[in-house]
Amino acid sequence: MSNMYFTEEHQLFRQSLQDFLKKEVVPHIDKWEKTGTVERFIWKKFGEMGFFGLAYPEEYGGLNLDLFYTVILLEELQKINSGGFAANIWAHTYLAMTHVNKEGSHEIKEKYLTASITGEKIGCLCITEPFGGSDVAAMRTTAVKKGDSYVINGSKTFITNGVYSDYLVVAAKTDVDAGHNGMSIFIMDRDTPGISATKLDKLGWRASDTAEIAFDNVTIPASNLMGEEGKGFPYIMQHFALERLIMGINAHARAEYALEYARQYMSERMAFGKTINKFQALRHSFVDLYADMEMCREYNYMVASRLNNGEYVVKEATISKLKSTKMADEVAYQCVQFLGGYGYMEEYPMARLLRDSRLGPIGGGTSEILREIIAKMVIDKKEYKPAAK
Amino acid sequence: MKILVCISHVPDTTSKINFTEGDTKFDTNGVQFVINPNDEFGLTRAMWFKEKQGASVTVVNVGGPETEPTLRKALAIGADEAIRVNTEAIDGFAVAKQLAKVIEDGAYDLVIAGRESIDYNGGMVPGMIAGLTNANFVNNCISLEVEGTNVTATREIDGGKETVTTALPLVIGGQKGLVEESDLRIPNMRGIMMARKKPLQVLEPIATETETTSVKFEKPAPKGAVTLVAPDNLDELVNLLHNEAKVI
Repeated sequence: MSNMYFTEEHQLFRQSLQDFLKKEVVPHIDKWEKTGTVERFIWKKFGEMGFFGLAYPEEYGGLNLDLFYTVILLEELQKINSGGFAANIWAHTYLAMTHVNKEGSHEIKEKYLTASITGEKIGCLCITEPFGGSDVAAMRTTAVKKGDSYVINGSKTFITNGVYSDYLVVAAKTDVDAGHNGMSIFIMDRDTPGISATKLDKLGWRASDTAEIAFDNVTIPASNLMGEEGKGFPYIMQHFALERLIMGINAHARAEYALEYARQYMSERMAFGKTINKFQALRHSFVDLYADMEMCREYNYMVASRLNNGEYVVKEATISKLKSTKMADEVAYQCVQFLGGYGYMEEYPMARLLRDSRLGPIGGGTSEILREIIAKMVIDKKEYKPAAK
Repeated sequence: MKILVCISHVPDTTSKINFTEGDTKFDTNGVQFVINPNDEFGLTRAMWFKEKQGASVTVVNVGGPETEPTLRKALAIGADEAIRVNTEAIDGFAVAKQLAKVIEDGAYDLVIAGRESIDYNGGMVPGMIAGLTNANFVNNCISLEVEGTNVTATREIDGGKETVTTALPLVIGGQKGLVEESDLRIPNMRGIMMARKKPLQVLEPIATETETTSVKFEKPAPKGAVTLVAPDNLDELVNLLHNEAKVI
């Protein structure tokens, strides 16, 4: 592990986290993969261990640590091989909570961020809609101000933690004619009348709770607006940099896990009188994949370091997700091949890893959209600027 | 009550063991090190004394700077301070002499050591430090209660248990049973962050001598291939057990 980015404290955290995941999470993974529901007790345990508060202010119970603690959390979550469980955790910690922390008022943070850090409240972030995933600005969900309230109508889909979370961070149009400038961000409790959720069945991430959510005249106090009205789009874009880097880091970590598993398997599996790691075709294939993984990992660490230093790394984070998720898919595909028939069997880890990995180039901005963004920045010289807040 | 917990820095039980320099030295390449499990049971019991009886807990290790992450983990679990005696742990007697000096200088009431470390399995250090510091000694200790200076301890003996009473100052050779595996603590984030603020004192070693020299290490012979015998071929099974395995 690179000492350029990780101190002794980081390593102690990584070791503790590995011990915790092995003891408290791994024994339940197969069950959660089947039920699609992560039981509540584990959220509380994550909270007690302090894992939800790594990146958040001490004022609300967090630890305000550098981004490499987050990198470790993400990496180790991938290495227990349940993309769905990992998604539940990081969608709460880095999608919902990031908005609460950055845009929420002190009162909102006291109510939601503190309880999110202890694991008592779980959050979800609702941006994608059935009629427009990547085209965020075209969203149809509306928030109409009436006196001291907003009334929300519309629907969202592919929302991680969409069924079992306690609160929702929701993007909606406060001015339908203002395009990018007409979007705002709200927070609301799950039990607010008019909110309903339907669980979705999906190819992978099977332990994760993914939902379509309907908002039918959901009335919330005006104070549940987070940040400024009309600033929703830049807020979302700003946090997309972190989300994309997270997905890049997740990708290199699951590829690293898959390659390590395959390396071990190939050193034990015998064919024609020798272990299969002696066959040149497999050795070269393995090394090509390993080299790609390491290039992505080191690039991702560099982007994390720059983000940690306060740089606005929207281009770099976009490249991270684009390249790392493609690499991880190729690694997953080939690691199934290295294991032969066993790679296709559920009792070996590669089958789950292959289907979980496939979400990488889709969620959080498809690879096609990412290429468009990079093209605008590199070819058209478009500059993206961080939101004011 | 002042407690000293002796912490050995040992390879993780899942490590692949290899030797170098003509099989005279353990190869540490690629090996992950952990708190010796017998010591961790003792440390966890020490935390109970800290929390319930207000004891102070110091952890100590004899070893080079590479052992400090293991001591930091003990601090993250909840020990108050750490001491590292800056010398290689060459043999049981040399380690015991260094520890005895730390114990005498610190006037500890209770010294908790694992009954043996899981790397070299010497099992000598607890008894030696009790002898060198003129303290009482309970080995294979699976339960420990202290009231004032009175101690009730339970030892594991062949096929059963023995309960003994004794008094502080005391050295125990602890093991599983002092606490159970489910009681072992994983450091939380607060513990990890506090650990870096807790004192870790590095002491230079006293002059000592060694009484033994490692000449050679050997790994167990690799397991042979499995021979499958048909369920109705008992004669062949008996033949193999008698003539090949030589177990009957």
